Amino acid sequence: MRNYDKVIYEVSKKGRRAYRLPESDVEMKPVESLIPEAFLRKEEAPLPEVSEVDVIRHYTNLSNKNYGVDTGFYPLGSCTMKYNPKINEDVAAMPGLSQLHPYQPEKTIQGSLEIMYELQKALAEIGGMDETTLQPAAGAHGELTGILIIKAYHQLKGDFHRNKIITPDSSHGTNPATVATAGYELVEIPSNADGSVNLEALKEAIDENLAGLMLTNPSTLGLFETQIGEIAKLIHENGGLLYYDGANMNAIMGKSRPGDMGFDVMHYNLHKTFSTPHGGGGPGSGAVAVKQHLAKFLPKPVVVKTGEGYGFDYDRPESIGKIKGFYGNYGILLRAYTYIKTMGRDGLKYASETAVLNANYMMHQLKEDYKLPMNQVCKHEFVLDGLKMDELSGIRTLDVAKRLLDYGYHPPTVYFPLIVHEAIMIEPTETESRETLDEFIAAMKAIAREAKEDPELLKNAPYNTPVRRVNEVLAAKQLVLKYKDSL
Amino acid sequence: MKVMEGLLYSEDHEWVKVEGKVATIGISDFAQHQLGDIVFVELPEVADEIAKGEVFGVIESVKAASDSYLPVGGKVVEVNSALEDEPELINQDAYENWIVKIEMEDEGDLSGLMSPEAYEEFCSKEE
Repeated sequence: MRNYDKVIYEVSKKGRRAYRLPESDVEMKPVESLIPEAFLRKEEAPLPEVSEVDVIRHYTNLSNKNYGVDTGFYPLGSCTMKYNPKINEDVAAMPGLSQLHPYQPEKTIQGSLEIMYELQKALAEIGGMDETTLQPAAGAHGELTGILIIKAYHQLKGDFHRNKIITPDSSHGTNPATVATAGYELVEIPSNADGSVNLEALKEAIDENLAGLMLTNPSTLGLFETQIGEIAKLIHENGGLLYYDGANMNAIMGKSRPGDMGFDVMHYNLHKTFSTPHGGGGPGSGAVAVKQHLAKFLPKPVVVKTGEGYGFDYDRPESIGKIKGFYGNYGILLRAYTYIKTMGRDGLKYASETAVLNANYMMHQLKEDYKLPMNQVCKHEFVLDGLKMDELSGIRTLDVAKRLLDYGYHPPTVYFPLIVHEAIMIEPTETESRETLDEFIAAMKAIAREAKEDPELLKNAPYNTPVRRVNEVLAAKQLVLKYKDSL
Repeated sequence: MKVMEGLLYSEDHEWVKVEGKVATIGISDFAQHQLGDIVFVELPEVADEIAKGEVFGVIESVKAASDSYLPVGGKVVEVNSALEDEPELINQDAYENWIVKIEMEDEGDLSGLMSPEAYEEFCSKEE
């Protein structure tokens, strides 16, 4: 059934049902007597009519076409596709935690509040920060929260002229998008060839309108930004603030802290670093942590310790306000909390050490066959620049990625960062065994051989997937937004 | 990679052909190759006044959307509207398929551009 490709409407047969409800023992009223005519449908909604077994087979077959960390190795660079321990799911499903109502009185949800408080504290500690909000729903949402906090900081001081945020050209696309969404002007500076910040360009970009700088460390190329002390000094001396994009946090847990590097505000991707479900909709969580001088701007409510226990603190007049309904993706917070508590301080440090070791091991194995633009110790991920081959062969990174599908892998991130033209960005994570890494390395080497011996094989890959090579140009130019004209 | 004689080149990989006060501008073969299959070209309006170094259009490929920066400032006198329906023309021949024609305000802008030989050397370092 691997090639199953129906939509649920095609399985539909008029009159087919999963359940038929018994006759109601409450008096039935015609719908017209309950709802004004203007709001009544003239025709029946075209819903699929299927039996229970039809539904189960339909969705089971579709789900079997999926690929995830529970199926195999998923070295998608910058995404930290680590295995998600199942104990996270057990905890999040506990009735005492999962069957709460967000409007329950605080005194009846003390356990949940304590978990949120402890998670806020743990995240602040890991990042070298002071206070945390758990509200943002994902990384980019966390970025927006952080930049709005920076804005509130400048505006409270009356510095309305500070309207510029600097990002390097190697940054994640969400960084410039966040800057624009927050109403700031973007100043993009070039990176050095090794992905580090070009200090000269940074100095040139700084003027009296500087509001802040957004940066990841390790950089997008997976290398530690050693100039961070000098960068932080430059930004702070000119009245700006530093924002840390936590996308690459998996490289440094327990080793170094953004707060100690001089960052004022940061976000975490709990769905990357802290092993909560990721891909396929998550949902994510982009908790934001700040230094004390920004704490009063955090979205409200923040969970605080009160005399009698824990409670929501709404009394924060300088707060940027709510950034999401209720208190964030609570079920995800439970999973991240479980991860931190089961790993412990030493476990988190060991996770980062192993993530870095795994990446370096793979990098050294693959540099024989693939171009390695930055041949130095990497952090949790590394970037290759395509095959070591004559460019005239016409074999590009895209072909390598497509061929990997035939070997049963989710390909790495390709063509990002943009500063490496044929980029293949590999992040193995710490949860993979030596054997898994070796199997993937062998597949990459086999593809390098195939590229020399039979380039056409790569050009037409993949062969073993339900959908063969997709025409991306046609897909981008001719949008087909519905399955059929009528069903 | 093809570098065309008789043109000037910018560090942002645009080529410039000068005829009197009018500069015809496109992207180099190197640039189209790096971008990959182009799916969309956003053009400026005729009569727009655009300064040197400002964005005059956007080129979107299957890999990325990139801003294009004007190598010489001036007024847009013509745009290659064939690219609106067939952006892939740039992939087919980046030198034949120009993007905009600019009436230059200051021909001094040309002095910062590279000769074909210098550009070829510049690209070999980018590789």
